[in-house]
Amino acid sequence: MARLAKSNLPQFAVDIFQNEYLAEGAREVNAIVTVTATGGGTSGSVGSQPVNYADGPDAAVVIMVDCSGSMDYPSDKIRAAREATAAAIDAVRDGVAFAVVAGTHEAKEVYPGGGQLAVAHAGSREEAKQSLRRLTPSGGTAIGTWLSKAEQLFHSRRDISIRHGILLTDGRNEHENPNDLQRTLDRVQGHFTADCRGVGTDWEVQELRRISSALLGTVDIVADPAALADDFRAMMENAMGKEVADVALRVWTPANAAVKFVKQVAPTVEDLSGRRKESGPRAGDYPTGSWGDESRDYHVCIEVPSAAVGSEMLAGRISLVVPQPDGSTEVLSQGLVKAVWTDDIAASTKISPQVAHYTGQADLANAIQEGMEAHRRGDLDSATSKLGKAVQLAHESGNEDTFRLLAKVVDVVNPKEGTVRFRKNVSEADSMTLETRSTKTVRVKKTP
Amino acid sequence: MDQLTLSCPNCAQPVSESDRFCEQCGRDLTAAVNPPSGAAPGGPAGHGYSGAAPAAGRASGADGAAEQGQAYRAEEPVGASGHGGGPESGAPGGVPPMPPGPPAVGVDPRAGLGRGVAEASAAPQAPAHVPGATGDFLLAAPSQLLVSEDDLDPEPDHAPTEPNPVVVIAPGSGPVCVGCGAQRIDADGYCEACGRAQPRPRDHQERALAGVTGVSDRGHRHHRNEDAFAVAATSRPGGSPAVVAVVCDGVSSATRPDEASQAAADTASEYLLEALESGADPKPAMHAAIMAAAQRVEDLANEGPLEPSRNSPACTIVSAIAAGGEVTVGWVGDSRAYWFPDDRVGSERLTVDDSWAARMVEAGLMEEAEAYADARAHAITGWLGADAVEVEPHTTVFAPPSAGVVLICTDGLWNYWESAADLGAVVPADARTRPLEAAQELVRFACERGGHDNITVAVLPCLPSPLSTSYTPTELSLPVMGAGEKREI
Repeated sequence: MARLAKSNLPQFAVDIFQNEYLAEGAREVNAIVTVTATGGGTSGSVGSQPVNYADGPDAAVVIMVDCSGSMDYPSDKIRAAREATAAAIDAVRDGVAFAVVAGTHEAKEVYPGGGQLAVAHAGSREEAKQSLRRLTPSGGTAIGTWLSKAEQLFHSRRDISIRHGILLTDGRNEHENPNDLQRTLDRVQGHFTADCRGVGTDWEVQELRRISSALLGTVDIVADPAALADDFRAMMENAMGKEVADVALRVWTPANAAVKFVKQVAPTVEDLSGRRKESGPRAGDYPTGSWGDESRDYHVCIEVPSAAVGSEMLAGRISLVVPQPDGSTEVLSQGLVKAVWTDDIAASTKISPQVAHYTGQADLANAIQEGMEAHRRGDLDSATSKLGKAVQLAHESGNEDTFRLLAKVVDVVNPKEGTVRFRKNVSEADSMTLETRSTKTVRVKKTP
Repeated sequence: MDQLTLSCPNCAQPVSESDRFCEQCGRDLTAAVNPPSGAAPGGPAGHGYSGAAPAAGRASGADGAAEQGQAYRAEEPVGASGHGGGPESGAPGGVPPMPPGPPAVGVDPRAGLGRGVAEASAAPQAPAHVPGATGDFLLAAPSQLLVSEDDLDPEPDHAPTEPNPVVVIAPGSGPVCVGCGAQRIDADGYCEACGRAQPRPRDHQERALAGVTGVSDRGHRHHRNEDAFAVAATSRPGGSPAVVAVVCDGVSSATRPDEASQAAADTASEYLLEALESGADPKPAMHAAIMAAAQRVEDLANEGPLEPSRNSPACTIVSAIAAGGEVTVGWVGDSRAYWFPDDRVGSERLTVDDSWAARMVEAGLMEEAEAYADARAHAITGWLGADAVEVEPHTTVFAPPSAGVVLICTDGLWNYWESAADLGAVVPADARTRPLEAAQELVRFACERGGHDNITVAVLPCLPSPLSTSYTPTELSLPVMGAGEKREI
């Protein structure tokens, strides 16, 4: 196992789950790759261990708070945003570099200012909280400018490897061309990660998901502003747990094979296929962002040239790599995806329980998103059938959280059959919550 | 007396010492005798090709994983100390240096410790290619041979894809992919270009000793060889010779069947040798050896990764001892023993399968043809493994009434010639005098018939027993028919 020079870095383990047996002529190889990082020193409560700052900050955080005019309607939104930001600042570990940005149709540095990041200690945290009084609502929303500002701030401390943003908005990105936002995302992605939160119900799920996906972070709804402080604190604590940045999943495939897709499937579904960067002969890197003590699952699907019964080949070599200061990459751990052609039908028709489970979870996310989209279009039949399928999948796989969210939008008549009826008077918050959290998955139930 | 056989490092085809090219793939075999440049020849490398055992010693041929490459490499000039050196003789100066760890073929670490033993490569854990170990190398093929390798593939998987820009490869510079010719094989044994799994030592193995010979092959339809065998020769306390053969077939539906079969073959063989050398009676020794093998396979269940959807490691076993004019056979499962007299008159099967079909026939519920035509025919009712209900070894003692051979094999062979008469017809007439060739032929015949399963054959030449004045009927200890579990081999 690879070890990095710094202490307290997590150890990565890669486990591959697959049925490597293929029927004659079959070409598609599916595998679930479970990556587990342990021993990063964050297993206990945050901040409980002494930190050595001799090497300077090891992480930087920029909080971007929506200060558009709508945050004043109702005014408890901006109050809650201030409180939440204060709670997040309190959760910043000593020695971590941080800044607060007020976002409108432009981005303003609220703390510390001057294009700099502050280093957290009791005094700077207090100053930062005092400065939050300057978070006053007025103006429009152009999230691209906020992200550009965050990028600038992170750029002032290029020595810090873990760079994370927290972004709060309450509305649509109305004062910016969507193409401009996309260009900004293309430019800043890979430079920092960001978790996004929508407060209230006037923001757009797909828009915010696009941002959080590009920045390898989470997206969630905080329908009630009062819940914002707890959510911000949790988000910041999670960010403080990150120990190693810019980890990539490297997928090597043999000649004449092609990667059909690479998806993160747990804790949430995230298609990484389009994020591939070539990294050598027949190898590509898929970014996974920063890691603390955590475990994530990926579904890798590879198409290989068919071979004769009795043949065995390596269909893929999956490794976790992290860039080194000298420009090289270090392999943290790896696993093998194999293909074996057999005429034993019992062997080749068996579907790996992990692959089956996560295929179902990805279908579940799709069914919800398509169902909600159909509902927006006014196509109630299609929406009902999609959400019916979603109910069935959630029920089968034991995804209780998603099932509960579904049940707030549809009346479940028969979960096994997927028979549902749309509820009358579904609240906007409930349908947005369902859509936002549609990508949350559950892990495979342990087989006895 | 102890005749190790050699195999082509490229395609595993058996080759003889005098061959300059492999008959099957055309690989230039003489390259092997040239030490890598810069190495000084003549050191006591300790490869011990001759592996000459002292006259009263033991020669054992467990088919350890270290054979293909090493058996062939053993042909390298090894200087003065040509045989059976202890580890200390594998001193620096040897060419190439010995990898640390398990001994190479023909080298017994115990040699010279007073026992007079030259045990060949009873080291299944010895990896064929120790990553980074300079002692392990396969020969590089000239470019035109790669073409013939492709031609030879009965069902080419895919066209060679990435032409290797380097066509001329210096001997010893590294292994070459048997699929695409790329000169990059990773430490896991896969080609770094086309991903193809490279031939493994167990894909094809041969051992020939005086009095007993074994050959095992992956066949055409399985991706690995889950059969294993061990052959060994030793002497009884009085000095009379005794030979042992063990053949095991891993249960494919169980986890790690290849490990199970290897462990069982090694354990049973070792147990039998100890017992015979100490003068134990062969029949109880056989029973105990199978029980020891069963325990070893049972222990395997706790030694490796668990696959929740699969059964514990399991295998069949059939074993034969030839000593004192008698042949003692023991078995569990559906691997078989046969007796083939030279004239093939009176050929007979010595074992009764622990299988669904055999039980049906035995219980009088079905005719043999009907039973074997059933889909359940090959489900076995007895095996070695942690989930075996109760291991009940069958043993039988047989005094050969005439000259002939005792043959033990896995179902990869007998599936094609079910009856003793049918199988006897394909066993070469000179099997008793040329047992290695006979075993090779039988394996080849099974491959030609489709090679649907792994194939393992061991041949024990026999002379008429002085104990057998007349024909001795075989005695079989069969279990009571019961509602045992069934599974597919």
